[in-house]
Amino acid sequence: MAGVDMSAVEFSDMQGLLYTGYGNLTDACFLVLTIAAPEAARAWLATAPVTTADQRDVAAAVQVALTSAGMHALGVSQAVIDGFSAEFLGGMAGQESRSRRLGDVGINAPSRWEWGAVPPHALLLLYAKPGALASLRQSVETTAFAKAFTTLRVLDTTDMGGYEPFGFKDGVSQPHIDWHGDRTPGEEAILPYGNLISVGEFVLGYPNEYGQYTDRPFVGTADPKCQDLGRNGSYLVLRELHQDVRAFWRFAASQAAEATTFAESMVGRRRDGAPLEEAGVAIQGVAADDLARNGFTYAADTAGLRCPVGAHVRRANPRTGDIPGAPLGTLATLVKMLGIFQPDLRDDLIAASRFHRLLRRGREFGVQLSPEAAVRPDAPDPQAGLHFICLNANIARQFEFIQNAWLSSGKFAGLGDESDPLTGNRDTADAFSVPQPNGVRRRFAAMPPFVTVAGGAYFFLPGVRALRYFAGAAPL
Amino acid sequence: MTPQGNFMVAAPIRPGAETDLRALLATLNSGPGVVDPANPVLPFGLYERLHVARLVILVDETLGDLALYNTGLPDAPLWLVFLGDCDGAGAAMLGEFAARSGAGLRCIFSHCIGFDAGSDLLAWMLRHSRAPAACYVNWVGRTVRQIHEEAALRSALRTWLSQNDNSLAGASARDIHHRLAAHQRAAGPALTPSAQTPAGWHVRHVLNLIGVPLALLMLSPLLIVGAPVFLFVLRARETTDAVITPRPDPAHVAKLAEIEDRQASNQFSAFGHVKPGNFRLWTLIFVFWVLDFSLRHLYTRGRLARVGTIHFARWVFLDNRRRLLFASNYDGSLDSYMDDFINKVAYGLNLVFSNGIGYPRTSWLLLGGAKHELPFKYFLRRHQVPTQVWYKAYPDLTAADLAGNTMIREGLERAAMSEDEARAWLALI
Repeated sequence: MAGVDMSAVEFSDMQGLLYTGYGNLTDACFLVLTIAAPEAARAWLATAPVTTADQRDVAAAVQVALTSAGMHALGVSQAVIDGFSAEFLGGMAGQESRSRRLGDVGINAPSRWEWGAVPPHALLLLYAKPGALASLRQSVETTAFAKAFTTLRVLDTTDMGGYEPFGFKDGVSQPHIDWHGDRTPGEEAILPYGNLISVGEFVLGYPNEYGQYTDRPFVGTADPKCQDLGRNGSYLVLRELHQDVRAFWRFAASQAAEATTFAESMVGRRRDGAPLEEAGVAIQGVAADDLARNGFTYAADTAGLRCPVGAHVRRANPRTGDIPGAPLGTLATLVKMLGIFQPDLRDDLIAASRFHRLLRRGREFGVQLSPEAAVRPDAPDPQAGLHFICLNANIARQFEFIQNAWLSSGKFAGLGDESDPLTGNRDTADAFSVPQPNGVRRRFAAMPPFVTVAGGAYFFLPGVRALRYFAGAAPL
Repeated sequence: MTPQGNFMVAAPIRPGAETDLRALLATLNSGPGVVDPANPVLPFGLYERLHVARLVILVDETLGDLALYNTGLPDAPLWLVFLGDCDGAGAAMLGEFAARSGAGLRCIFSHCIGFDAGSDLLAWMLRHSRAPAACYVNWVGRTVRQIHEEAALRSALRTWLSQNDNSLAGASARDIHHRLAAHQRAAGPALTPSAQTPAGWHVRHVLNLIGVPLALLMLSPLLIVGAPVFLFVLRARETTDAVITPRPDPAHVAKLAEIEDRQASNQFSAFGHVKPGNFRLWTLIFVFWVLDFSLRHLYTRGRLARVGTIHFARWVFLDNRRRLLFASNYDGSLDSYMDDFINKVAYGLNLVFSNGIGYPRTSWLLLGGAKHELPFKYFLRRHQVPTQVWYKAYPDLTAADLAGNTMIREGLERAAMSEDEARAWLALI
């Protein structure tokens, strides 16, 4: 797939969230909407003040996303909607089989969610400078808006200074999107672990890590630029996760004298975000000033002595190349590909992380409770958590694969009966283990749940042209 | 060592009997996709040598694809297949089924053409048996009994370790290994020693090991002379063969998904057409010949090439080699299975399935094909057939679990280990 012209990345047609998390716009809220009046909704969307990726250093940002139910409600034709992926059409909570794969069973079952069991129609994401959110909301939620939409749920957020409610630095590692087309992996490429990831893994209408285009709907118009309805759009996954901060720190304190160290082994990073592995290794797509935090893989720690194999961040991104382990010569690669002469049966279970990456855009909510306060017997129990948001081009291969095979599976990397220590649903498995220097795995069984799912949906974050098409205002 | 065998009975369903048969097969399950191992019709749980088994009605949703080759398969039978993998010979397993679950099996096969109350069940099943063109066994020689015993062993060792947590803090890995071995000898769960290998197995194994390369060597002048012609024809076909990879019907996918991801492992049954003509058929026969050899001699200890999540798999021809059934038992969800196919063994998938109608375009038989991610995934889903009944004797255990458990037993039985070895061994528990 050589010669892809990346200078053609259309930032002006792309919603800004694909380019930036708007970190300096610390005040945010997300409105989960249903369409009350289709005509009014189309009119509002036709001129919705959407912030695009070419607008940098903005003082406020507005982003709009739709579910497939929302597209139906707007009157988009079935043929066009059917061009989106099966996961998007089915919805996060729409099929029992999907809920099983995502671990949304038992206490996390959609029937217990506060919203999302019936899919909403749209999502409005608002970002503002400190103190300016109320006025932004006022300017957006006009009379016309109120006529068009019913607000199903307001997802408020809290600026916790870059930390999540358990007290760990959040968003430390992100894929670096290859906006300039510095690499063009083809179908047959065999690559080591890297952090530079093709645009097409996050934005539809561009080549992905296989050098291919992810399926998306097309519509017939005279202007070829406008036919690709997916182009510059992305699937946005939203999950409202409630974090039980007291349970987390009380469990840590009850199991280990050094509660912080134990909690850090569950997370897989220090509270300040520093890795448990020795860092400083050059990795494509990791900036020089980020090497201390992200210049590492787990290749030299297969036993998990520094970072347990089951730790949250190691599950979420195992940092494996297409062929795990150190880079090999041609002959050794061939032998490895044939899978012969390899005594260790587990070293190749988790491979090719580059096909399973997410761009995370979540925000914290609720009241922060420090670890010290959380363990006190009279500690309050304020609600806190994460509005988990991620962007990806293939929900099945990216978000669902990570959530299913890596996070919620009890069988990750041959562990047998463990679930993700932070987010795992204990219905599937409820253990976690930390290898000791003498090899014995110290096991923690019957772990309580620390995170529960309270809602969620699959949205599509369209390009601006596509958004106007959905609004019916512009012939695409 | 007890080698694994397999069986497969294939019989056409009587016209009009499909609905009744489906209703009967549903009674073997306790819920969608979950078999009741003690069901009265065919209580799989009774059979101690049975690893996996399934009953599938091979509905062919892709018959229409033949029209692209200006051919068809008139009177294509609607097959019922009953297949499974076991310890020891497959025929003996069928004998045991006939002896212990005769009434239930008669009831099932009474929906098939040519079976009636007077039929000798075992003779009829043997007459309707189909041998695989190739079959894969994750770990040759590991019996169901061994799997259960090794799982119990791991659990016992874990319990002992957690009970003696305090006294182990300063101990060396070798010391702990010794103590665990002593505990096992004194009070551990039973571990049955490996049985005697059946007479003649080793001889046949070695004959195959020598014979196939020898035959290849003898054929090599022919192969070398024929190679350019073969490649020329191959390339011509590869660039013109029809690719049929529409998005699978959502209703079809929903039926498949409903029975998936209920346990640690899943079943996969797929059915398709071999591309018409001798070229593809003989390519496929040759590929299976090489594949069968690799599966017998190279991939016998835990993985099929780079894939370590498949328990048993097989490829079987039906309808005079015009249709092919692929049946496998794998760990995790279908999406991760397909990703493994694409990222780890695309070449292997291409070798076989590119000879099937509609497969994504390959280059030189090995490249491309499965690497066309979405078309390949659609192709598999479209050819997949819902499995009516599926049994796995150890539903909670993955192939990685089994490998770990076996390594734990082997390590425990070793008299001495270095500190490094003991440390790596302890980490498995």
